[in-house]
Amino acid sequence: MNRRKVRKLKEHFFLWLMRCFLAGAGVVLGLILGVIVWRGAGALSWEMVSQPPQGGFYLGQGGGILNAITGSLYLALGATLLAALVAVPVVLYMHVYGGNGRFPHILRLSLDIMWGIPSIVYGAFGFSLMLLLGLRASLLAGVITLALVVLPILARTFDEVVRLAPPHLRETTLALGTTRLEFLAVLLRQTVPGLVTAVLLAFGRGIGDAAAVLFTAGYTDNMPESLLRPAASLPLAVFYQLSTPFPEVQARAYASALILTLLVLAVSLLAHLSSTRLGRNVIR
Amino acid sequence: MEVTRDRPLLKRSVGALPRPPLRNQWRTLKDSGARTGFAAAATAVCLLVVLMALTLVSRSWPLLQAYPLADLLTGQTWQPLHGLFGFAPFIAGSLAVTLVAMVIAVIPAVFSGIYLAEYTSNRARAVLKPLLDLLVGIPSVVYGLWGILFIVPLVRDTIGPWSDRTLGRFLPFFARTNPSGYGLLSAGFVLAVMAFPLIAAVTEEVLRSAPREMRETLLALGATRWETTQCVVRHAGLTGILAAVVLGFSRAFGETLAVMMLVGNTVKIPASIFDAAYPLPALIANNYGEIMSVPLYESALMGAALVLLLVVVAFNVLARLVIGRLTEK
Repeated sequence: MNRRKVRKLKEHFFLWLMRCFLAGAGVVLGLILGVIVWRGAGALSWEMVSQPPQGGFYLGQGGGILNAITGSLYLALGATLLAALVAVPVVLYMHVYGGNGRFPHILRLSLDIMWGIPSIVYGAFGFSLMLLLGLRASLLAGVITLALVVLPILARTFDEVVRLAPPHLRETTLALGTTRLEFLAVLLRQTVPGLVTAVLLAFGRGIGDAAAVLFTAGYTDNMPESLLRPAASLPLAVFYQLSTPFPEVQARAYASALILTLLVLAVSLLAHLSSTRLGRNVIR
Repeated sequence: MEVTRDRPLLKRSVGALPRPPLRNQWRTLKDSGARTGFAAAATAVCLLVVLMALTLVSRSWPLLQAYPLADLLTGQTWQPLHGLFGFAPFIAGSLAVTLVAMVIAVIPAVFSGIYLAEYTSNRARAVLKPLLDLLVGIPSVVYGLWGILFIVPLVRDTIGPWSDRTLGRFLPFFARTNPSGYGLLSAGFVLAVMAFPLIAAVTEEVLRSAPREMRETLLALGATRWETTQCVVRHAGLTGILAAVVLGFSRAFGETLAVMMLVGNTVKIPASIFDAAYPLPALIANNYGEIMSVPLYESALMGAALVLLLVVVAFNVLARLVIGRLTEK
């Protein structure tokens, strides 16, 4: 009887322990969002999001961070597009032509490893390539480096979706006498909603990444206007404003962080919705 | 009498026959062309890591030639202007901040992963998983800002003095050596939050692939759910959980901006959890601006990136191979 009580007690203890840990993670998430919203909302204004910085911006005078917002959008958009152009054929190739052989296995492993490589290393790699080619920090270099960062995220997420495609789709399509390339088109149509989710995830990650664009895209107070000129980005805008000694400018850094967080949350919400709502052409 | 009508029919089909093969040839040509193209792209992706390693090696080669490797790794002075490149404080700083993060993160994350794998219904998981995804998605600069606004004051005003009064009296490891609040503990805590979702998710994935029969047998024998879980973890999941921790470690090891904002950036080997340190990623990110003016400086920073790359890739390969073997069945 006593022994049974102990066992039951143990069961309850560990159950609640695990629940507490998960709840703790939830509380921390709430604290992060709460602190950012609470401190950021104060300095948020229309001027912040509608104007590039003016003279004396870092001393607390007028202007906003439109340069960083557009810069980040360009960087993330370009990087995601570039990464998708490589990742989609590669993943579909892996499934359509690769079969269960050795190569898909190696490819998945290297994508997983690439996912684990810190973005500062991509940044350093991009920077040393730029030195080799004699280029300066520019939007283009930032886009290429950031594409390397988001490529594994996009590819592996898309890969998991393609894996869930019903196997009979392949058998049916090929039995109709199609080539494998034509089956690839069918498979793509089947997995478009998953592709949208993967692209949005990669986009969200690209917007938030700072270490990769730190050396490669540089930073500028001008609006991004050419692929060969430096471009600002939101995370770096937060970082640079925070490192000034003026409270007004630091308050703007909080507001910039809030804008960045809202953007990322919106993108991940879209990603979540797209994975459940899209899919008119999907055979289930 | 019907024979005459057969002819045109026959003629038409004879005329039509050669056409499909031509079209098929074109289709197979497209097919094999696409195959070659895609295979080339896939191979390029595979070789990218190697290419990165080679580039970083070639950029850091001048430094490696100028000084023996052992001196670089154990040297404690960092004065690029005088040609002194000792990486020891940075490597120690990286290890220290990552270890602090792991001490904080591992137990909660592993238990959360176990809960997600063994105790949740599909509906509960549909609520809990997005929560973890949100933690993954928050940009690192926002984590850093949160650390500055919330964790640093907490460490400075509450945890620091308290630890100094109690544990710090006996163990110098907990002594409050640095009153600013920027140091290993602040950075480690934020890193722990960043590594938490990864460790939890991988733990869950690994346990989920443990054989179902094992659980059923144990439950049928009258074990409680926790006893079942213990057994499953011990026999099927231990290596996988270890792999999850290794993945979390390597994620935290390379994290740049959040750590750089919180760790204090002082070149010395930390002795207490309140000490400021200077991890490798922060070294690269803080100094790239001065690369051009000092000889061998660029080479040294690329060397730091190479160290990061090698450590992270080695850990990742190990962990992924283990996870791959466990989840394959």
